[in-house]
Amino acid sequence: MQSRYLVIWFPHLLTDRFAIRQPELRSVPFVLIAPVRGRMVIQAACPRAERQGVFTGMVAADARAICPELRVLHHKPEVGEKLLKALALWCIRYTPVASVDQPDGLVLDISGCTHLWGGERAYLEDLLSKLSAGGYNTRAAIADTIGAAWAACRYGACSMIIEPGRQMETLLSLPPAALRLEQPTLQRMHKLGMHEIRSFIQMSRSVLRRRFGDLLLTRLNQALGAEKEIISPVCPPQPFEERLPCLDPIRTAAGIEIALQKLLQGLCSRLEKESKGLRSCMLRYYRIDGKILQLGIGTSRASRNPEHLFKLLKLKIPEIEPDLGIELFVLEAPIVEPLSAEQEALWNMGSSSNNVAVAQLLDKLMMKLGGSVIRRYLPAEHYWPERSIQPATSLQDKPTTNWRSDLPRPIHLLRQPAPIQVTVPIPDYPPMNFIYEGTLHKVRKADGPERIEREWWIDTSLHRDYYCVEDEDGLRYWLFRLGHYDEGEPKWFIHGFFA
Amino acid sequence: MEQIATKTEIFNQLQQEILRLQGLSKPTTGSAIRTGLGPVEAACPGGVFPMAAVHEFLSYQKEHAAATNGFISGILGRLMLSGGSCLWIGNKRTIFPAAMKIFGLEPDRIIFLDLEREKDVLWATEEALKCEGLAAVVSELSELSFTESRRLQLAVEQSHVTGFIHRYYPRKENTVACVSRWRILPLASEMDSNLPGIGFPRWNVELRKIKNGRPGTWQFEWSDTGFRHLSTAIPVAISQKVSQTG
Repeated sequence: MQSRYLVIWFPHLLTDRFAIRQPELRSVPFVLIAPVRGRMVIQAACPRAERQGVFTGMVAADARAICPELRVLHHKPEVGEKLLKALALWCIRYTPVASVDQPDGLVLDISGCTHLWGGERAYLEDLLSKLSAGGYNTRAAIADTIGAAWAACRYGACSMIIEPGRQMETLLSLPPAALRLEQPTLQRMHKLGMHEIRSFIQMSRSVLRRRFGDLLLTRLNQALGAEKEIISPVCPPQPFEERLPCLDPIRTAAGIEIALQKLLQGLCSRLEKESKGLRSCMLRYYRIDGKILQLGIGTSRASRNPEHLFKLLKLKIPEIEPDLGIELFVLEAPIVEPLSAEQEALWNMGSSSNNVAVAQLLDKLMMKLGGSVIRRYLPAEHYWPERSIQPATSLQDKPTTNWRSDLPRPIHLLRQPAPIQVTVPIPDYPPMNFIYEGTLHKVRKADGPERIEREWWIDTSLHRDYYCVEDEDGLRYWLFRLGHYDEGEPKWFIHGFFA
Repeated sequence: MEQIATKTEIFNQLQQEILRLQGLSKPTTGSAIRTGLGPVEAACPGGVFPMAAVHEFLSYQKEHAAATNGFISGILGRLMLSGGSCLWIGNKRTIFPAAMKIFGLEPDRIIFLDLEREKDVLWATEEALKCEGLAAVVSELSELSFTESRRLQLAVEQSHVTGFIHRYYPRKENTVACVSRWRILPLASEMDSNLPGIGFPRWNVELRKIKNGRPGTWQFEWSDTGFRHLSTAIPVAISQKVSQTG
């Protein structure tokens, strides 16, 4: 679908707010001031004050000299932010995706919304008339891109609705500042005589980048639609949510179970319709004493099986404190992943490692014992034994490299190599005997050495020379010598046991 | 003559009946997996390695524990040939996954569960043995009471998962409801034609108990192709630490 964006600009956002709160201010010029480096500087001026030549950035004393009847009010910095957010939330009645454009604008993604008002013009008029009835001065523009709408809204003269694909024509006659550039770039353009976008838009891209930096190209691309711009909505849509209000407050575990089952049925049937499975699930419950509490579960793979999810949630039921009773349950799935019906069927029948039964078992274990206890390892391309395996992040991770079986590696590896005392002929023979935990082992057979260097790009220290040895009882060990003989007495360690 | 034949028939039938009551149903011919442990399999009931059962392994020394885990890995490799994953549950894990490849296993198909308390290990083992999707479950437990082992056995009778309980240094070799009790000791390896160096791992496999089978002792080598039975007996070094403190 064609994206359409609406950008709203509030040229007098802060003063409008004061005028709405205190209607007597509408008939007098007033400004908002805040201290900057010890001087009171104007942060916002009302339209009446601006007409008399008082602008933002002036010192309050100068402004008073220009306009003696000026009213001066104090400005609080966080007010503007809060106000914009509130306005963005208000705009959700027009589109679900509304975001704040600091410091004085809003960006709405209105793709597919305008037909409900009978076209873009009617939509825009409705929105703006409501805002101006509320007392706000606004300018707004609709375009295919945020950049073009922003430019037209602040610097455009004529139509506020740019037809699809006509961003270029609109931009040509606008000043460079319409591209949301930084002050130094704008000054440089001004010096060079580039007063309109048309004077440089045809220049080669490499020249523009060299003179004005990457940001200019990004902004141009964003305005023309060659580059996607991402906005962060004030109210992220939570598509999978299920609510269950209760007639009577629920206090018993049995009641909570019934509520959970109802919620899960609803949620899972919706997930099924949209071929999705949830990875995490939050249950919020509203108690009648006004407290809102929540608990969550996670699954190791996407699931929409109500029985399985119920089993996981059931483990958490003892943690719920109903106190005087629960009046509302809300179950939401913040993380969902695509899960097609065929995939699900495949897991249920096959005995492949991607088995849904195993995933459900792991979920159960994770709920009871914590997620950190479950480990699976993948091969890593390192010779250093401790680094030759790496933990897998999920059940579906596949090894990117093969497991090696050509080098002797012990089936038991000590977490920390343990020091041993050895009798060893030099220069690099295996030990004749060694003492480990007070027992003397006489070495009968040995293989090695296998020198393993610490990878210098990871850490720098002594290398290890590994020997596989077998003692007179047929017990097999993995020993190593740390470093060379010529750097003093090298230390010997035991690092593992062979099968 | 005819009478004797019918008697043997009745006797065999009754034996099958008992096996069924004990939860050891005879595997259908298609599902039997060859572990390569020829003479050991012959000593087991029905001539196949008991699947859908819990096996108990004992070890008293670190080196013996390594040998036991090597032997279990060798069997696991065969069990997991047809797919499926394995859960390895323990509280002081020493297994080095990279070395398991040598025993014909894909180490990335093994899920390790490192728990702190022995009680959790037991709970997780029981839950895992109930899960039909797994090929096998290995659990490193040291204490296991008869009641607990009975619960594990009941779980596998439902799910047909093979369980291995590796008991390292148990306080007492108490009676358990497992189908078998094994003791694996390492043997001195040998290279072909007296070359220096260490050869393939060799073990003394002692099958101390087996339900409806014949216990015995065999010696095996883990070669490139799998288990290889050694026909000439090698003397086993008597371990100093085989203690029974009760």
